[in-house]
Amino acid sequence: MTHQLEKESIRTVTLQAFPRVWKFGDDIDTDAIIPGRFLTINDPAELAKHAFEGTRGEFAQSVLPGDVVVGGRNFGMGSSREHAPLALKGAGIRFVVAESFARIFYRNAVNVGLLPLTTRSTADFKDGAEVSVDLAAQTVTIDGRPYPVEPVPAFLQRIADAGGLVEYARTITEVDLCSTGSQ
Amino acid sequence: MGSTLVEKVFSDRCRTDVRAGEVVMAPIDAAMIHDITGPLAIRTFREMGGERVCDPSRVVMLFDHQVPADSIAAAEIQAFMRGFAREQGIRNYDLREGVCHQVVLEKGHAAPGEIVIGSDSHTCMYGAVGAFATGVGSTDMGFALRFGALYFRVPETIRATVDGAFPARVGPKDLILSIVGDIGADGATYRAVEFGGEAVSGMALSGRMTLCNMAIEMGAKVGIVPPDEQTWAYLKGRRPGITPFELASDPDATFAETRRYDAASLEPQVAVPHNVDHVVPVSKVIGTHVDQVFIGSCTNGRFEDLAEAAEVLGDREFSKDVRVIVIPASREEYLKALRAGLIERFVEAGALVEAPCCGPCMGGAFGLIAPGEVSLSTSNRNFRGRQGSTEGLVYLSSAATAAATAMAGTIADPREV
Repeated sequence: MTHQLEKESIRTVTLQAFPRVWKFGDDIDTDAIIPGRFLTINDPAELAKHAFEGTRGEFAQSVLPGDVVVGGRNFGMGSSREHAPLALKGAGIRFVVAESFARIFYRNAVNVGLLPLTTRSTADFKDGAEVSVDLAAQTVTIDGRPYPVEPVPAFLQRIADAGGLVEYARTITEVDLCSTGSQ
Repeated sequence: MGSTLVEKVFSDRCRTDVRAGEVVMAPIDAAMIHDITGPLAIRTFREMGGERVCDPSRVVMLFDHQVPADSIAAAEIQAFMRGFAREQGIRNYDLREGVCHQVVLEKGHAAPGEIVIGSDSHTCMYGAVGAFATGVGSTDMGFALRFGALYFRVPETIRATVDGAFPARVGPKDLILSIVGDIGADGATYRAVEFGGEAVSGMALSGRMTLCNMAIEMGAKVGIVPPDEQTWAYLKGRRPGITPFELASDPDATFAETRRYDAASLEPQVAVPHNVDHVVPVSKVIGTHVDQVFIGSCTNGRFEDLAEAAEVLGDREFSKDVRVIVIPASREEYLKALRAGLIERFVEAGALVEAPCCGPCMGGAFGLIAPGEVSLSTSNRNFRGRQGSTEGLVYLSSAATAAATAMAGTIADPREV
């Protein structure tokens, strides 16, 4: 019997025509993204039903696949729970744009295939604004106006390109121990 | 040019000179997984094609967040992880020993110069014994289980030097709260924080653990204290055969920042809702009503913390209007407190003493607060909803301030009770 904890439900999502911004402030913590009482859940789609529960309940009700989460400084601070980026991914979010990210969330997001993009200021990114992301041009366009975003560092880019660390790891059989490279 | 302590750890483990900013694939000396983030780590390990864990002797498993199992879902997760430990030959402390970070140190799984990871953000606490230790997510942990190594960006170091001696009933928790308030919730992101100075060298390992535990609350990758005689004495018996060696930053090492603090002028500190860096002296919040006080956690659940609380309590009682929950951080700490008569004193005074676990700090097991209620806690996070309702309030303090507050029923100064 395959244990249910080893399975992850795969949803086929159709991206909506006009993705919207979900705007959050500074220091959004992972307890807010997914509260501790839901951490026995490991399925992204199920986690998504409780994303921001208690702090912004309408998110789980109204988020549509392709929407973009926007934060201020230090997005994803706190716990190492990977349930946080998984809950956003389960809601159909592909990109989180913020002025800065907490370290563990940032790396977890790349690892699970949710792309964190950094931009100088998100002050003009209004909640509900129409948004699109152009990775090739390294821009996020808000209500028709493009803003530059920073890509992930080079050493994480190959993980991001693979679609996440699991997919990247499947392409290797051993690691090049102690290999170094500047960021 | 000299190296920082952290650069030396990576250079030694990678057998080449590495500097802050470089990215290395470094071998892992120990990896800790628990009941919350473990299942996802095991799943990603499998998805990566993992069949056998790279080196089971370097993996530590235990359950502390939802123990004894508080739901069928938690029981199922623990059963699943037990099965994996048996199959892989991994050491599993199960629910017997206590809170993960305390147990990793007590059982000698972290030592000076080692690289240790845990799928929990407060893994940064093992820097208290001079290890480079950092919290990672489940997928990074799955990778480490599979390959025995992980990518790291070698961090720059902020050096925090603490002069002076603590006044009575002021200690390491007040110091780290004041440092977090100073540096800010993201002021040390991607950096190591190295603690030194006479207040730190005079501090017992218990206090150093409190400091390093909360490095993550500034965004830091690790909090670290250079090993000294106290460190080696702590490790003796926990890590048979270990021999002391020198490990410290060079005098001409490059630091991202250096900051000085003075322990002697410190007052009891309190972090107010809803961020850990919202820190004020206790005098600013004296008289604030509380419904619950929690003394425990990986931050402040050691014998020294319980002794500090008991000393403030004396032969008096806790307020009948406050729910007082005391949870020793581990079986070892519990036994010490039991034998010293502290547990009896807390029970007499009206506290609930629970078996070692994360307790209310986890915010999903027990000891939750209702909308509108106020908790004061010796743990490490006061985020909205962290201990139950998102309409509740959480304050953070030392065990001494918590004991004084539990007696008064309102936030109180431990120097004045």
